[in-house]
Amino acid sequence: MQMPEPDAEILARRDDLIIALRQIVPGEGVIADDAGMRVYESDGLPAYRQIPLAVVLPDTVAQISAILRLCDEWGVKVVPRGAGTSLSGGALPLADGIILGLGKFNQILEIDYDNRAVRVQPGVTNLGISQAVDGEGFYYAPDPSSQIACSIGGNVAENAGGVHCLKYGVTTNNLLGLEMVLLSGEVIRLGGKHLDSGGYDLMGLLTGSEGLLGVITEVTVRILKKPETARAVLIGFPSSEAAGACVAEVIGAGIIPGGMEMMDKAAIHAAEEFCQAGYPLEAEALLIVELDGPGPEVDHLIERVAEIAEGCGSTSLRASENEDERTAFWAGRKAAFPAIGRISPDYMCMDGTIPRNRLPEVLARMGELSEKHGLRVANVFHAGDGNLHPLILYDANAGELETAEAFGADILRLCVEVGGVLTGEHGVGVEKRDLMAEVFTEEDLAQQLRVKCAFDPNGRLNPGKVFPVLHSCAELGRLEVHQGQLPFPEIPRF
Amino acid sequence: MTENLKPQDAAQVAELLTWAGAEEKTVELVGAGSKAGLGRPIATDYRLDLSALEGVTLYEPEELVLRAGAATSLGQIQAMLAQQRQQLAFEPPDFGALYQNDLDQTIGGVLSANLAGPRRIKAGAARDHFLGVEGISGRGQAFKSGGRVVKNVTGYDLCKLMAGSFGTLAALTEVTVKVLPAPEKVRTVLLFGQDDAAAITAMSQAAGSPHEISALAHLPQAVAARSGASYVSGAGAAVTAVRIEGPAPSAAHRTAALRQQWGLLGEVEELHGHNSAVLWREIGNVAPLLPDPEAVVWKLSVTPSLGAGIMAAALAAGGEGYYDWAGGLLWLSLPATDDGGAALVRGALTGPDAGHATLMRGPDALRQRIDVFQPSVPALAALSARIKESFDPSGILNPGRMYGAY
Repeated sequence: MQMPEPDAEILARRDDLIIALRQIVPGEGVIADDAGMRVYESDGLPAYRQIPLAVVLPDTVAQISAILRLCDEWGVKVVPRGAGTSLSGGALPLADGIILGLGKFNQILEIDYDNRAVRVQPGVTNLGISQAVDGEGFYYAPDPSSQIACSIGGNVAENAGGVHCLKYGVTTNNLLGLEMVLLSGEVIRLGGKHLDSGGYDLMGLLTGSEGLLGVITEVTVRILKKPETARAVLIGFPSSEAAGACVAEVIGAGIIPGGMEMMDKAAIHAAEEFCQAGYPLEAEALLIVELDGPGPEVDHLIERVAEIAEGCGSTSLRASENEDERTAFWAGRKAAFPAIGRISPDYMCMDGTIPRNRLPEVLARMGELSEKHGLRVANVFHAGDGNLHPLILYDANAGELETAEAFGADILRLCVEVGGVLTGEHGVGVEKRDLMAEVFTEEDLAQQLRVKCAFDPNGRLNPGKVFPVLHSCAELGRLEVHQGQLPFPEIPRF
Repeated sequence: MTENLKPQDAAQVAELLTWAGAEEKTVELVGAGSKAGLGRPIATDYRLDLSALEGVTLYEPEELVLRAGAATSLGQIQAMLAQQRQQLAFEPPDFGALYQNDLDQTIGGVLSANLAGPRRIKAGAARDHFLGVEGISGRGQAFKSGGRVVKNVTGYDLCKLMAGSFGTLAALTEVTVKVLPAPEKVRTVLLFGQDDAAAITAMSQAAGSPHEISALAHLPQAVAARSGASYVSGAGAAVTAVRIEGPAPSAAHRTAALRQQWGLLGEVEELHGHNSAVLWREIGNVAPLLPDPEAVVWKLSVTPSLGAGIMAAALAAGGEGYYDWAGGLLWLSLPATDDGGAALVRGALTGPDAGHATLMRGPDALRQRIDVFQPSVPALAALSARIKESFDPSGILNPGRMYGAY
C-alpha cells in the first residue's frame, strides 16, 4: 500500500508545529512522543501502521477550527479519528500529518423525546445513544457490529450500517442534523430536528465521505421507539442456493424483516465453537431472520417465513421463544469476526455488496478463488441487502498478507462484475483505494475530487484515502473548450 | 427567444452541454415541465427538452430495484410497480392541481426536487430511495455515482447532491431507485376536535409509539371541511389523522392500540380503503385542501413542536394551513401580498436549526423578487456556490433557478 510521499519540509518543521498546536490545545492535548503516538498508529485495519507527525486531542469546536486553519496555512495534512474502529484504514495516520482525535467530544447534548431527536458530540458511541434513551423505550436504529466501541462521528464518516438496516436504513437515513468544521476553520451547521432542508443536501454528501470533506463536530440523530416484540428464526439449508432463494422469496412476498443474515458452513462452525449459539452444524448455509413489531404481526410473519423456507428445502428451523434465546441466536453472528480470529492467526474482512440474486454464483466463484490463492474463506452476509463479508483467513507471519490482499481484490472485482460495489458499509479508506478504477471512470473520480476541492481546496484533509490518484484542484477545474457551431444539426428543434 | 433542443440520448446531451459551456450559453433543463412553477423563474438561451431519455431499463421486483431514463413518466413507473404490489415508498406527491397543469411528471423531476409525501416520516425522502445516477455535468462530462444496491459507500454519495438540486448541477440521464412492497392493509384513525397544540402532542405521542406509524397529519376545521372523504369533511371539527400499514393481523392490532390511545383524548373514527386513500392523497397533493388559486403557498419543514406557533402567526395574517409529517411539515396558504408572507414565515424560522421554508407557489414576479428557498448563512452559501462551480463552472445549467447566483 503506497501512501503519498511525506513532505520533507513539513517533517523538518515538526517542532515548530507542535509549539503552535500547544498554543491552541494546552497541556496533554498534544501528544508528540513516540510511545504516546503508537496508540494511534493504526485503526481497525491493523495490517497498515504509521506513526503520525503528532496527535491532537482538542476539547472545543473553537480549538478544532483553529487547528484546521493552522494546518491549512502551514500545509500540514489532517487525519480525523473517532474511535479508530475503521475496517478500511480510514484513520490510518500519515507521516507528515496530524491525527485529530475527537475522543474528548463524548457528551450527549440533548435528548428531545417530543421531537424524537438526540443531539450528541461525535465521540459518543453508537450504543451510547441507544443506552441513553433506553429507559424511555427508544433506540437509535443503525447497529454496526462494533457498536459498543465505534463513535457516531465515525458512523457518519463511513455511513455505517448494521444488521437492522434492511428495514430501518443506514446512517444517512437516520440523521437529522450535523455540524462540521472546514479546513478554512468555518463552522457550518446543517439540518436540525426537522426532516428536510432546501438547498444542496450537504448532510447527505458528508455522510460516507470518509473524513475527506470536513470534521464532524456534532450529530443529531432520529430515535425510534423499540418494537413491542422481536423474535429471531434460525433456518438451516442444504445449500447456499436454497438459502439465497429463500431470501428472495421472503422479500418477494412483501416481507421486510428487521434483519436477515446468512452464514456459510465455515462461519457457522467457527461461530458455534466460539459461543455455542445452537447453530445447525450439518447445514451448508444458515439464515437468521428477525421479525419485529407487535406480537400478532411477528407470530404471523414467522409462520409465513417458515412456509417459504420449507418450500425452499430448509432442513431445520428454530424460532426464539424468549429474549435470551433471541440474543443467543444473534451472539454467534455478532461474534463471527472474533470467532474466525480464533481459528486463524489473521483474517481480512471484505465488504462488497452484490445484487442478491447473484449470490450463488458469487459464492461458487469465491470457492474457486479460494483454491487458486490457497487461502480459506468464511462468509457472513447481510443477505437482505446483498452486503457480503467474506473473511479471508491467512497468516501474516507466514508471508501470506500479499496473497490475502490479492484474493480480497479478486473478490471485490467479482462483486463489481456482477453489478455490485466495492464496499457496503466499511468504506474505501486505503484498503480499497486502488480498486476504485474498477468501478469508476477517470471522469467519475475527477468529479468526486472536484467536489472535495469545494471543501478542501489544498487537499489537506485525509489525503491518500479513497482516491487512487491525486490531482491539484487547479488541474481538476480546467475546462476543455470546444467552441464553434452548435453540434448535432440533426437534433430536433422546435 | 429561447431555442428548444431535443437530444435523443445521453451522448447528445453531453455534446450539447460541452458546446454550451464553451460558448457560455445558458440552458434550461426540462423533463415534463410539470414543476416549472417551483423555484425561481429563469430565462436561458436554450431549452433542453430531455423527454427522449425515457424508458424503464431494469426492474427486478425481488431485488427491490428499478432503473429508468430520467424522463420516464412517474405514472408509468407507478403502474408497473403496482402490478407487482410494490411502490415508491416515499409517496411522491402530484402537484398537477397545485401548479394548474396536467403534465405527466418524470422520475428525474421528482428526484431533482426531492419531493416526498406523507410517508416521509417512516420511509424517508426521495433522496433516501435514490440509489444510483448517471448524468452530464455542466462541464459536458458524463459521470455516475452510486449503483443498484442499497448498501454502498463506494465514493461520495452524489445522488444525495442531485436530489433537490433542481437541475443546477447536472442533467440527469438515468436514475436507479429503491422500490418496496406495498402494504397489505392500510387503516386510518381519525381524532376529532383537537386544537393545534393538542393535536401536535397527540401526533408526537403516536410517532413515539412502537406502532410504526406511516403518516400523521392534522387538518384545522376549515381545511378538513374541504376533504373528499366524508368522515373528514362532515366532522364539523378539526381532524387529526394517523395511518397504519402492514400485514392484516398487525394492522388490526396497531389500529386498535391507537384507537384506544387517542380515544382518551376525544372522539375517534376509522377510515378504510378508498376513503383512507383519498385523504392521504389530498394531504400529499395540497391543492385539494388549500384550493385558492390566487394564494401564495409555502412549505415549512420545522421542528414539530414549533409548528403551532408558526401556524398561529399565519392565521393572524389572514392565511390558513395544515400539518403533515407529525407536525414537522406545515403547508401554508397566504394572501398574495408584496412579499407573499416571506417576512412572516422566515421571521418565524430564526435561529440556526429552526427549519426551512420554501415558497412552493407564487406569481413569477414574486419568485423573482424573494428567496424561494431558505437563505443560508454566508459560509454555507459560499460552500454551496463552490459545489455548483465544481459541476458547472460556466454556470450554464438552470442559472438562477435556486438562488440568485445559481
